[in-house]
Amino acid sequence: MFREDHLKAIGDEERRWTEDLSKILSEVPERLPRFSTISDMEVKGLYTPKDIENLDYSRDIGFPGVYPFTRGVQASMYRGKIWTMRMFSGLGGPEETNQRFHYLLEHGETGLSIAFHYPTLMGYDSDSPMARGEIGKCGVAVDTLKDMEILLEGIPLEKVTTSMTINPPAPILLAMYIVVAEKQGVSKSQVGGTIQNDMLKEFIAQKTFMLPPQPSIRLIVDTIEYCTREVPRWNTISISGYHIREAGSTAVQELAFTLADGIAYVEAALERGLEVDYFAPRLSFFFDSHIDFFEEIAKFRAARRIWARIMKERFKAKNPRSLMLRFHTQTAGCSLSAQQPYNNVIRTAYEALAAVLGGTQSLHTNSLDEVYAIPTEEAATIALRTQQILAEETGVTNNIDPLGGSYFVETLTNRVETEALEYIQKIDDMGGMLAAIEKGYPQAEIAQAAYQYQKLIDDAKKVVVGVNKYATDHAPITTWKMDPLIERRQLKRLREVKEMRNTQRVKDHLKELRGAAEGDENLMPHIINAVREYATLQEICDVFREVFGTYTDPGMF
Amino acid sequence: MSPERKIRIMVAKPGLNGHDRGAKIIARGFRDAGFEVIYTGLHQTPEQIVAAAIEEDVDSIGLSSLAGAHDYLFPRVVELLKEKGADDIVVFGGGIIPEEDISKLRDAGIKEVFTPGTSIGDTVNWVRRNIKPRK
Repeated sequence: MFREDHLKAIGDEERRWTEDLSKILSEVPERLPRFSTISDMEVKGLYTPKDIENLDYSRDIGFPGVYPFTRGVQASMYRGKIWTMRMFSGLGGPEETNQRFHYLLEHGETGLSIAFHYPTLMGYDSDSPMARGEIGKCGVAVDTLKDMEILLEGIPLEKVTTSMTINPPAPILLAMYIVVAEKQGVSKSQVGGTIQNDMLKEFIAQKTFMLPPQPSIRLIVDTIEYCTREVPRWNTISISGYHIREAGSTAVQELAFTLADGIAYVEAALERGLEVDYFAPRLSFFFDSHIDFFEEIAKFRAARRIWARIMKERFKAKNPRSLMLRFHTQTAGCSLSAQQPYNNVIRTAYEALAAVLGGTQSLHTNSLDEVYAIPTEEAATIALRTQQILAEETGVTNNIDPLGGSYFVETLTNRVETEALEYIQKIDDMGGMLAAIEKGYPQAEIAQAAYQYQKLIDDAKKVVVGVNKYATDHAPITTWKMDPLIERRQLKRLREVKEMRNTQRVKDHLKELRGAAEGDENLMPHIINAVREYATLQEICDVFREVFGTYTDPGMF
Repeated sequence: MSPERKIRIMVAKPGLNGHDRGAKIIARGFRDAGFEVIYTGLHQTPEQIVAAAIEEDVDSIGLSSLAGAHDYLFPRVVELLKEKGADDIVVFGGGIIPEEDISKLRDAGIKEVFTPGTSIGDTVNWVRRNIKPRK
């Protein structure tokens, strides 16, 4: 990017500057012996063209909307369309959550994001003994199509796109969504949205698992195959680094493990016989935006460049959409503090800014009280307003990739890329992500990083304001409380649905599903048939558990 | 006189919630502090936790919950320990727990509740002060 003679002159000037600086520092030393990112990556005080002398603008940075997409996936980015403001919501029963959806949409939210309660996430109905104490607590309870109908009441599904954070039972919730849309008169080809559907990161980090890895992958490929054919506007998977980071990984690990998961899914779909350019355009990603501002921006930029090159060079994809890494971002829950909770508004705002400067396609901003409970309406509103101020007041959306060309940000982008590629190579050498997970490799790397980080905080080598510095008492805040009636209402509705449905038809469809699961047919059409007859989530999951077996946590620490 | 045996702690994850970052960090912290640590792994019912704690003859159980089910799951562990005549096993807990729930948990027999931001060192010191190897 720079002329040889200019670089030489800059090198000479830099040496002189360094000498002058060391004289100053001998009298007034720097504040810290070593400056580093939150992932403990060392950072110099100053970067110059010398640091990026090997960078080739057209090859490595290029233009937005153009390979390798370092500057963004769309040509016009936020000048064309602001990112989708998608607040992750789910509380109590479908009624309460539906109300929250309407509230958020009325206040300017532009897409939905459903948080399900734990029994749904793990494939249990609300009346299961496994659900005791968990109903509606950490998301919305969905047992049958009936709940989904209530949840989406009055939401125009041909207009609003919906993201569902659901993993082991992802095909079931997708099936319910399709049937509800159908009942609203909206066809499969019109609905848009995303299912998280990323089981590899569950084994690695988030740990909502049900089936062993192999059949989990089969179900994922079933949804990819089905949606690519029948639900063309659906993002079939959201390959997620968020949970990896929240479990304590570094930024590089988050990126590397996520992309390695992506590679595993592409390979699985190819193995099924699908054409890469047929399914790859609907793969999407999900990252964390942590508190270390520049490291995160570098991570997002590196993510796009690495994925574009992997898809082009390794998988020979030709469709530009197959090469684009489109991603959702959530600000870092793990960066928030229970102490002085109002500070969380500020943290979230900086993290949201990093996500936007990193070129995110959609964003969830955490509420200040999420370190205690599900957000109250008031706290969720502040979080949404944080995005709106960013989008419409600060001016950061006027320009595309404003930090592109920064000596520091480009250097950091290169470094995150290089280190992530080293991890990906290591995982390839182990035989791919499935093999690495079986060895416990990513799990152990994350646990180690989490422990190291905790020790840095405990020793106050990394500052968390209000926790290990400037700690003061704070008045308790009001948090969301679930009405115990919600649990009873949920159980009552489930009983009623079981009484009113056509039991024989449910049985027949479950039997057909079992037959298909034992063979190698795509399961999606059978799941849709079963949910349409109000088969419960657990009834379907029980078929899977019986046919495929279950996975239990190895309990390593 | 034989030297006092090490404190044996079970770190347990009751319920369906899979967030195990805190549980794993605290298990490592306890091990590095010289305690004997048994980690149950995820998705344990209160019944499973109590049976394992008795089987492993632990002095204490540390429960971790980050998904709001602590108000049922934590007291249920204490209740089951009582039923089995093992209520000399000290139960404490931590996680995403609203401040107003803490006194309720204490009343239900949870000896201490640690919220986000607690250091490993503070937890270890609390254990040293409050938990003695059982006879």
